Amino acid sequence: MLLKKLSGWPGLDWESPFEELERMRRQMDMLADRLTRGIFREPFAGVFPLMNVTEDRDNYYVRAELPGIKADELDISVTGDSLSISGERKIVAENENAKYHRKEREAGKFSRIVSLPAQVNTEKVEASCVNGVLTVVLPKAEAARPKQITIKAS
Amino acid sequence: MVETESKALQAKEKAEVTTPAEQTKPGLVFSPAVDIFETDQNITLLADMPGVKAEDLTIDLREDVLTLSGEVDAPEGPDEVDVFREYRTGKYYRQFSLSEVIDQERIEAELKDGVLKLKLPKVEKAKPRKITVRSS
Repeated sequence: MLLKKLSGWPGLDWESPFEELERMRRQMDMLADRLTRGIFREPFAGVFPLMNVTEDRDNYYVRAELPGIKADELDISVTGDSLSISGERKIVAENENAKYHRKEREAGKFSRIVSLPAQVNTEKVEASCVNGVLTVVLPKAEAARPKQITIKAS
Repeated sequence: MVETESKALQAKEKAEVTTPAEQTKPGLVFSPAVDIFETDQNITLLADMPGVKAEDLTIDLREDVLTLSGEVDAPEGPDEVDVFREYRTGKYYRQFSLSEVIDQERIEAELKDGVLKLKLPKVEKAKPRKITVRSS
């Protein structure tokens, strides 16, 4: 009886001596992950471009870093509560004699759709591209705005 | 000429760096993605630095070390609250050591749509001279 109980203890289970180590390793991974990304736990969508979405009382603001792309090269459309952005980043090739030391910048097409928490007024959406940062201002639809409720004193 | 356009761009998080000198202003520091190529006359550097204004960009060439550093102001207004956040903003910093001698007077820098283009003209190499040895 006693032996059977003891066998359930970690370290005494000789059937799988590495199971305990494996569990520890997983916990260490989780801990490391929490330490490095804990504060900025970003919902990494994995779709270019990466976006930051903020809101205030009246608007949603969608921002994306798109260096080297002009506003008129972007295709932005809004329907109800979703915003789609697509375009292409072009990098002009240099003359053939150029020898490269580094080539880290990438060219290519992109297309992304993002859902906003509420409906927006599609008529009044404005977009601007300044210093390679795209900002789209989307006014919230009337129904989505917070209402101040006044309490009548009786 | 435009590069092949078939491939789709991949989302990438910006590379965070620790600068050699300690920062006086708190905040994150990123390493900008660059292209560097050279021809017989110039070394050209292209760097993606979205959010940097021309007046906030410093380019420093001392000895043979080129330092790029760009401050970025937070783009959010004071009343804005995060809905979600996928990328972070902060300053850019990167250093390069150049093997060629650069003509400091003719350096050209242009910042357009968040991309810096830096043209570093090479100093013309001293022409080979023939040295005649006099016999006495």
